Amino acid sequence: MSLLRQAARIAWKDLRIELRSREIVYTMAFFGALLVVVYSFVFPSNPELVRLAVPGMLWVALAFAGTIGLGRAFDRERENDTMRALLLAPVPRLAVFLGKASAIAVLVLAVAVVVTPMLALLLGADLFDNPGPLALALVLGALGFSVVGSVFSAALIKVRSRDVLLPVILYPLLIPLFVAGTSVTAALLADPVNLDKAWYWMGFLGIYDAAFLVVSVWIFESMVIE
Amino acid sequence: MSSERALPVRDRHPAHDQAGLDHVQITKVAKRYGNERALVGVSLALAGRSMCALLGHNGAGKTTLLGILSTLVRPTAGQVAYHANGKQVTGEAVRREIGLLAHSSLCYGELTARENLVLFAGLYSVDGSAAAVEAVLDRVGLEPRARDRASRTYSRGMLQRLSLARALLTRPSLLLLDEPFTGLDRGGAIALGAELGALRDSGAIVVVVTHDLEAIADRTDHVAILRRGQLVFEDRGAYDYERLKDLYHRHAN
Repeated sequence: MSLLRQAARIAWKDLRIELRSREIVYTMAFFGALLVVVYSFVFPSNPELVRLAVPGMLWVALAFAGTIGLGRAFDRERENDTMRALLLAPVPRLAVFLGKASAIAVLVLAVAVVVTPMLALLLGADLFDNPGPLALALVLGALGFSVVGSVFSAALIKVRSRDVLLPVILYPLLIPLFVAGTSVTAALLADPVNLDKAWYWMGFLGIYDAAFLVVSVWIFESMVIE
Repeated sequence: MSSERALPVRDRHPAHDQAGLDHVQITKVAKRYGNERALVGVSLALAGRSMCALLGHNGAGKTTLLGILSTLVRPTAGQVAYHANGKQVTGEAVRREIGLLAHSSLCYGELTARENLVLFAGLYSVDGSAAAVEAVLDRVGLEPRARDRASRTYSRGMLQRLSLARALLTRPSLLLLDEPFTGLDRGGAIALGAELGALRDSGAIVVVVTHDLEAIADRTDHVAILRRGQLVFEDRGAYDYERLKDLYHRHAN
């Protein structure tokens, strides 16, 4: 209970700072929206092509915007060495990890709230025909992204070329998540909707999240202590 | 900085029914960063109710040793044992007892002084009430009108005071200070020296890394000098400014 309370305290600290500055969420949302606008210009307005391409567009936009958010969220901890203050506090280091990851998941979901309706509007994709399963897939995707991303962002916090290294390390590990996310979305956009396939990949997303949560919890401390 | 007597470290908050650290034993500690040797076989005993001045030139390994003492840097070899009431303590029980004042403020620039202290009080499960926060801010002499401003707007000296408030709020029994007098005016430095002396008298282990020998003269009772990662001098006793200066020039060079 104390673990969750302390994790919530750390997450709320991040969100409170973000609510005040709105720097990260605006940057992420603007970048995600810009990507959708670019997609709308560079892809032909062919309904069949849109149906096939939109799942990838959605998850790529979330990945790119999410990476910007990850980098900036951990830059904040670097500015006054506050990551050391968190690691020095007598709370389980798991609470620090969960707190940071939860706050990033919320930011990624905020981007999804902007990007998804824009894709539906500008590319004419029927993304809201099955809003429940799509929302669940986005939540699971945001959780997986933030869990894996938080471990490596924290580990790279003192590395000078972290902005370049983060995606290089992160994206190969996220490929299964992107495959599952795009597969769920594609199944929901299919004509007719393939719910069996959607739930199969949803299960895969859940397993991915659980597996990486366990691995991340296990390696987090050894990666952040010098 | 208020001259009021420091809060006794043994007066524990009910949330942590734990005695303060009274002895820290550093044994043959070494640290390498790649091929660079930052510390080589350093052994040192730190006792409660004492103030250790950790001296040496830049790059001597002082900050690395503080990092290891704070549990945030893992030694390549050797060990640090923390004791409270004759029993060895580890993990969160050690971290609860450590107050760290580092080169950086370890405070969030977007939060105000009060918000920073309330956040850390929560993480340490100590009293984060408005009265407790005001008391510690009064103690370090942070101007009342600055307390509700984002700390990124603070001057170096104000940040140093906030940083000290964060370190003192949790009533640490092991206080690690890296250049604590940086950015403080002369009055502030003297008051901080007095505050550290009071903390030592209340039972804490105080370790100060500094080049400002005048500020710690007549207060420190333990001197350790590092040179190129090695402990080249250690002694206990009373040290005035002239004696500290002499020791520093003889052993640090």
